[in-house]
Amino acid sequence: MAETAAPANSAQKNLSLRVSPAAPLGAAFEAGSVRGVVELREVPFLTMVGLRVNRNSGAGQRVASVTGGLPAGCGSVSGTGDTSVLWLGPEEFLVVAPTEAHESLGGDLIQALREALGGDAGQVVDLSANRTTFELSGPRARAVLEKGCSLDLHPSVLQAGTALSTEIGNIPAVLWKTGDESFRIFPRASFADFLGRWLLDAMREYASPEVP
Amino acid sequence: MLLISCPNCGSRDETEFHYGGQAHVAYPENPNELTDREWAEYLFYRDNTKGAFAERWLHSTGCRQWFNMLRDTVTYEIQAIYPMGSPRPDAAGKVTADTGTASTAADSTTTGSASPDISGTSSSPTSISSTTAPEGATP
Ligand SMILES: [Zn+2]
Repeated sequence: MAETAAPANSAQKNLSLRVSPAAPLGAAFEAGSVRGVVELREVPFLTMVGLRVNRNSGAGQRVASVTGGLPAGCGSVSGTGDTSVLWLGPEEFLVVAPTEAHESLGGDLIQALREALGGDAGQVVDLSANRTTFELSGPRARAVLEKGCSLDLHPSVLQAGTALSTEIGNIPAVLWKTGDESFRIFPRASFADFLGRWLLDAMREYASPEVP
Repeated sequence: MLLISCPNCGSRDETEFHYGGQAHVAYPENPNELTDREWAEYLFYRDNTKGAFAERWLHSTGCRQWFNMLRDTVTYEIQAIYPMGSPRPDAAGKVTADTGTASTAADSTTTGSASPDISGTSSSPTSISSTTAPEGATP
């Protein structure tokens, strides 16, 4: 048996092995993006934490002090710095944070949330592998989404900074409008391939000149 | 396509919801004392109402919360949306509440308040029709 250099630590080993749910579509996303019109990419391996806690309880207030607040109602997003908390239900939230926040990479976010909840009623669950993140941006991003999402996405109704749990292309997904022309879409990992291809198909017409 | 006004999320497409069957079917006080027939009727027998019908719905791809709805099974008109555990908000519900068989306990599964203003197409979800057809009547 040949000697193999052991990875310096387990995190490095994990990094070399992991594959994001839409990784096989990376080249297709690159080719299907229309620069300055509508662009799609996967933002892989974001840290995501499922929170279940009553935001008015003591535990809720302790958790809120870690995340920089808990959103009050449907659509709202709170958070501090690069950590955001999306409202999913009256007592259910999704924390989205950078990759490095994950405990396997030395981050302490999840542990801090666990300690904040303590033994009180609620849940802190590492859901980082549950969903992946798509970033859809450009002046035509809304038109692409409107082909398969029944929410009113007009800017007079859907403001930047709003996140809604809904259906896109007939699959359940969380849609977060991060800017005037940019969206983050969180499909479950098993739907990533389908939704990626669905979005590419919906984007295709914008690569051609507009028919007058 | 029905537009259903979730108490937490506002107006959304019917496809985001799952149907939960007839509302206000109370769990028996003493299940052990029921005969097989009574137990089977509790489990499986449901009204087949023509007209206003109280039913449970789940906003499954939204907030994942249950709520009750009063819907006309003929016209599909949604007459009321109200929290789990609340009595049926029409004439039929008042009769039930007086006789003590409807649960009025607060239910923790619906803690939301008013609909947010992100939806522009909501029909009045809390309006209660004053005309409730009796069982089997043609509205
Ligand atoms: Zn809802």
